[in-house]
Amino acid sequence: MAKRIDVSGLSAYYGAHKAIDDISMTVEPRSVTAFIGPSGCGKSTFLRTLNRMHEVTPGGRVEGKVMLDDENLYGSGVDPVAVRRTVGMVFQRPNPFPTMSIFDNVAAGLRLNGTYKKSELADIVERSLKGANLWNEVKDRLNKPGSGLSGGQQQRLCIARAIAVEPDVLLMDEPCSALDPISTLAIEDLIGELKERFTIVIVTHNMQQAARVSDRTAFFNLAAVGQPGKLIELDDTERIFSNPSVQATEDYISGRFG
Amino acid sequence: MSHAVQDRPVAFAKPRGPLAHARLPRWAPAAVAAGSVAAGTGIGLAAGWHSKVQWGMLSALLFVLATYVVTTKVEGARQAKDRIATSLVWVCFVLAVVPLLSLAWVTVSKGLEVLDGYFLTHSMNGVLEVEAGGGVYHALLGTIEQVAIATLIAAPIGLLTAVYLVEYGTGKLAKAVTFFVDVMTGIPSIVAGLFVLSTWTLMLGFGPSGFAGAMALAILMMPVVVRSTEEMLKLVPNELREASLALGVPKWRTILKVVLPTAIGGITTGVMLAIARITGETAPILLLVFGTKLINPNPFEGAQSSLPLYVYEQYAVGTDAAVARAWAAALVLIAFVMILNLVARGIARWKAPKTGR
Repeated sequence: MAKRIDVSGLSAYYGAHKAIDDISMTVEPRSVTAFIGPSGCGKSTFLRTLNRMHEVTPGGRVEGKVMLDDENLYGSGVDPVAVRRTVGMVFQRPNPFPTMSIFDNVAAGLRLNGTYKKSELADIVERSLKGANLWNEVKDRLNKPGSGLSGGQQQRLCIARAIAVEPDVLLMDEPCSALDPISTLAIEDLIGELKERFTIVIVTHNMQQAARVSDRTAFFNLAAVGQPGKLIELDDTERIFSNPSVQATEDYISGRFG
Repeated sequence: MSHAVQDRPVAFAKPRGPLAHARLPRWAPAAVAAGSVAAGTGIGLAAGWHSKVQWGMLSALLFVLATYVVTTKVEGARQAKDRIATSLVWVCFVLAVVPLLSLAWVTVSKGLEVLDGYFLTHSMNGVLEVEAGGGVYHALLGTIEQVAIATLIAAPIGLLTAVYLVEYGTGKLAKAVTFFVDVMTGIPSIVAGLFVLSTWTLMLGFGPSGFAGAMALAILMMPVVVRSTEEMLKLVPNELREASLALGVPKWRTILKVVLPTAIGGITTGVMLAIARITGETAPILLLVFGTKLINPNPFEGAQSSLPLYVYEQYAVGTDAAVARAWAAALVLIAFVMILNLVARGIARWKAPKTGR
């Protein structure tokens, strides 16, 4: 199930512009790794390179290696579609499919891939919704459109949709930034439960959130606007927030800049 | 410096009126409109103008002016500007609706004279065109077949072109396709007809047929479908595509199962508008389908008729009976397009992204 991610020498470009420069890090399985840093430092770009979504952007390309256990995601002959089935993603804004019901949204990954047995589908949907702590709220209206849910519920629906295809890794790009504190709490509790089964990487602008949910924290920074973003340091979350080894990290988390 | 600071309170002390102002009653615009129409009619009668259009124009002008004068008197200059804008909008609305209603009314009232079950189910076979009798069945059949074939050719090609332009196209090829689609939008229907005539009929030697006409109609329809579908696909949020791709769904299935269903309502409307456009085309039909009095159910062989062509022919005959048939056929044509539109709206509403809890 959960897999280790080993990144080495990874740079990502938008056309001629280098967005992130030479990043190497290891993401431990069955743990939550948080990415923090100022806007534009490449956290989201780096996250999107981990399931080959970066290249979906016109002009996006990547150099370097991302090892998922012993497979290189950027090796020759690797199908990005297969990578994305292994490494799931939850986006900043909840984006349920508007034409589909709640049930169909959760089943979407399996149905659209054509990899399911009809008899199992209802079970998988129920298990995924329970896994996303949404089952009790929606079990009576599975046939209603997903866009009728509240923002927080929609985001949990998207998480249910992502875990329904049983990925090994779950990437979350600021999953709570469009949500109120109650919904944020619900998602954070959920992240705590999900890390038993998945490797989780979360990008957040909220440093308290990083401190609350993550086991390890990576701090990204950029030298100046227009310069590529770099990984400054990656360490246990406690160390980062109490006694970071780099001065820039301390400045950032104590609010002295950024 | 200190002077300026001392001067400041004076500016604030400018006397400010009460927040409530005199307001015109709610029925005032209606009253002004009624008065203007009455005055316009009166002046028109007195001056002996024959044209009712002139009366209407005068009434509209009086309405705008009277609104301005009355509002300035009662409510003040700022409100007057607001009201004059509102009254202009109303006048434009009436100007747009009057010809539309008038057209519908004339067509319905004249068309109903001979429109009945017999008219819809019989052709002009054996009917002298100058006399009463006969029907529109052969033309209705021809229109349905030609439009259906044109749609079958143009809608898939147009749809796929739009998908290419929005989802795949980058660089020079996409730009060139967009350019030529724009150029094609402006092709006059007679030119499309002449193009098919010169290739299909003259070079390849085929005779007149419904299919030849349908090809010309397809040429006219394609750019409209491409354009409207393209706009609809661009409206689909990129987040939905990314959400689907991130689930490990291949791009072609993402387009087929997520992008197209999300946009299907708008796409249907666009295709229907294109159909409505080609249904009324006369010129290419005249050149390529030729027209006949007989029922010819085979669109691939022999001359057919079509509703606009039938209207044109009957009107050209010029006798009362023929003109009455022309109006009835025009009504059938309008009804045909309208029913198609209603069906399309029904489909669009049924398929549209659902909201609500």
